[in-house]
Amino acid sequence: MEKKTLFDKIWDAHVVKSVPSGPDVFFIDKHFIHEVTSPVAFLNLEKRGVGVLHPQRTVGTPDHNVPTVDQDKTIKDKLSRMQVEKLRENCKKHGIELHDLGSAHHGIVHVIGPELGITQPGMTIVCGDSHTSTHGAFGAIAFGIGTSEVEMVLATQCIMQSKAKKMRITVDGELSAGVTSKDIILYIIAKISAAGATGYFVEYAGSAIESLSMEARMTICNMSIEMGARGGLIAPDETTFDYLKGKQYSPKGEEWDKAVSYWKSLKTDDGAVFDKEYHFDAADIEPMITYGTNPGMGIKVKGNIPSTEGMEGSNKTSYLKSLDYMGFAPGEAIQGKKVDFVFVGSCTNGRIEDIRSVANYVKGKKKADNITAWIVPGSREVEKMAHEEGLVKILEEAGFELRQPGCSACLAMNDDKIPSGKYAVSTSNRNFEGRQGPGARTMLASPLTVAAVAVKGEICDPREIF
Amino acid sequence: MAYDKFNVLTSTVVPLPTENVDTDQIIPARFLKATEREGFGDNLFRDWRYDVEGNPKKDFVLNDSTYTGKILLAGRNFGSGSSREHAVWALYDYGFRCVVSSFFADIFKNNCLNIGVLPVTISPEFADVLFAAVEADPSTEVEVDIDTQKITLLSTGQSESFDINAYKKENMKNGFDDIDYLLNLKGEIEEFEKGRA
Repeated sequence: MEKKTLFDKIWDAHVVKSVPSGPDVFFIDKHFIHEVTSPVAFLNLEKRGVGVLHPQRTVGTPDHNVPTVDQDKTIKDKLSRMQVEKLRENCKKHGIELHDLGSAHHGIVHVIGPELGITQPGMTIVCGDSHTSTHGAFGAIAFGIGTSEVEMVLATQCIMQSKAKKMRITVDGELSAGVTSKDIILYIIAKISAAGATGYFVEYAGSAIESLSMEARMTICNMSIEMGARGGLIAPDETTFDYLKGKQYSPKGEEWDKAVSYWKSLKTDDGAVFDKEYHFDAADIEPMITYGTNPGMGIKVKGNIPSTEGMEGSNKTSYLKSLDYMGFAPGEAIQGKKVDFVFVGSCTNGRIEDIRSVANYVKGKKKADNITAWIVPGSREVEKMAHEEGLVKILEEAGFELRQPGCSACLAMNDDKIPSGKYAVSTSNRNFEGRQGPGARTMLASPLTVAAVAVKGEICDPREIF
Repeated sequence: MAYDKFNVLTSTVVPLPTENVDTDQIIPARFLKATEREGFGDNLFRDWRYDVEGNPKKDFVLNDSTYTGKILLAGRNFGSGSSREHAVWALYDYGFRCVVSSFFADIFKNNCLNIGVLPVTISPEFADVLFAAVEADPSTEVEVDIDTQKITLLSTGQSESFDINAYKKENMKNGFDDIDYLLNLKGEIEEFEKGRA
């Protein structure tokens, strides 16, 4: 029998038809929508006079541009308000489930999907957002799409996609204390570059990956796109099933047993062939941080910014442009650099485990005076748990400002902007120029490293500050 | 929605050799707040094009009248990051119909093909030739022929062929989009769903 990868198994089961010398007509099980990339899709559907084929397969929530204070009041920014209102209007009109601002399950789309058990192994999941890859942690094929494709899914539950090449990244061994899943993914991206997986769908495997919680696995799959991959996925196992059991939309009773026995078949066959493979040793991974303007520009916190040796032409020009933006010089150490802001949140690291990790670290400590510390839960559910577990109290005593759920300063579409020229160490996913506000200088790190930086007021290794 | 047909495009070129240009640079997130697809070209490369007061930055290529045209010649790994189709809307609205690079990010490339901007992938060597030619003479014209899948530097006749799958090629040539195609497959999609249940 043909040996198949996990990706092959799920992909092949969703191909309606292969267009000769063209893409596949690819069936989508679940579709998430938010306020920013869906309005034009609905508008175009209307222009065509076409309705939504399967409204029950789409779920909406406003997250990208919502304010993170006073969510019970009318949104002040007119354009943001209009987008959120459009989402409400479109969901209502077409009978699409909406987790609106202020409702019990409002939050970042990639946080609430798993939380509600909507995300399940073996599914195909898309959303007009590149971090849809997050859902791959459950052994699903999940990836970001453009607005034209959002329209396609609404109209036909299908998109036209060519099957990606297959890559496996195996991380074996044990992680050292103070090293987290965020460090694993920043390490991988630094190794293979911000474009190293373009054209591929990645399966993460190995004992270090298997040892991770679902939250930690989501952080890894979330950042697959940051090395150019279409998406990333991890074979479902007992950790996955334990997480999903009892969730609102998870199968129940006999259906559950049936589902689990199917989910157990979702793994790469021994001997299946990948187009590319990488192997890393978990023991080599240390706390990581980025120093430049793409997520591939990462080093160990204890490391030095690379020199320009061996670089030439537009490669060197682009590198120096990036460092100039950051206000850093080639060759210098990153430890000890002063920081102005820390941001804990986003679909990468805005889940309860992330907040626990920060709270455990800062308990009984205070943030440094030069730091403004924002903590933005990924969802209402996360916010609620943080209150119930006493984490909010700990964080507030340490000088962190807790805000309401949303994408917030990850992309600064709302008022949560890092001022021009200021340095922010963030748990989010992108350090692009201006990502956290025009002129903002972002460094990406794990929640644990961010906590340590908040206390010390400068870049530091979380393993050294107690 | 349907877009202009793409057959042969002959144009001068706007060079942007910077590598790893992400979609946050092409159109920053704060300009994604529209509910209609209009006016995105004004904010194309906003933060590279204008200072905080909104004055044009002289050293940015879109503010240099020496370089104009419907073809953007871009550096390696163009369009990485966010899946925002708004990035392509902004390029299209500004007047670009073709982006040439030695390497494109995946989702960006798909988005281009979906709205009628042709992404042309060339070798790094040919990219160097084009950048040098345009720098030496900004009036240099490049011809992109979708039918023969050929891109030619007209001043020297140097050319290279590029890939595009047959389905997308037909779409581009006729100005069709995927939804037109998918809506015609309704029956087959229904059959597929029945088969899975």
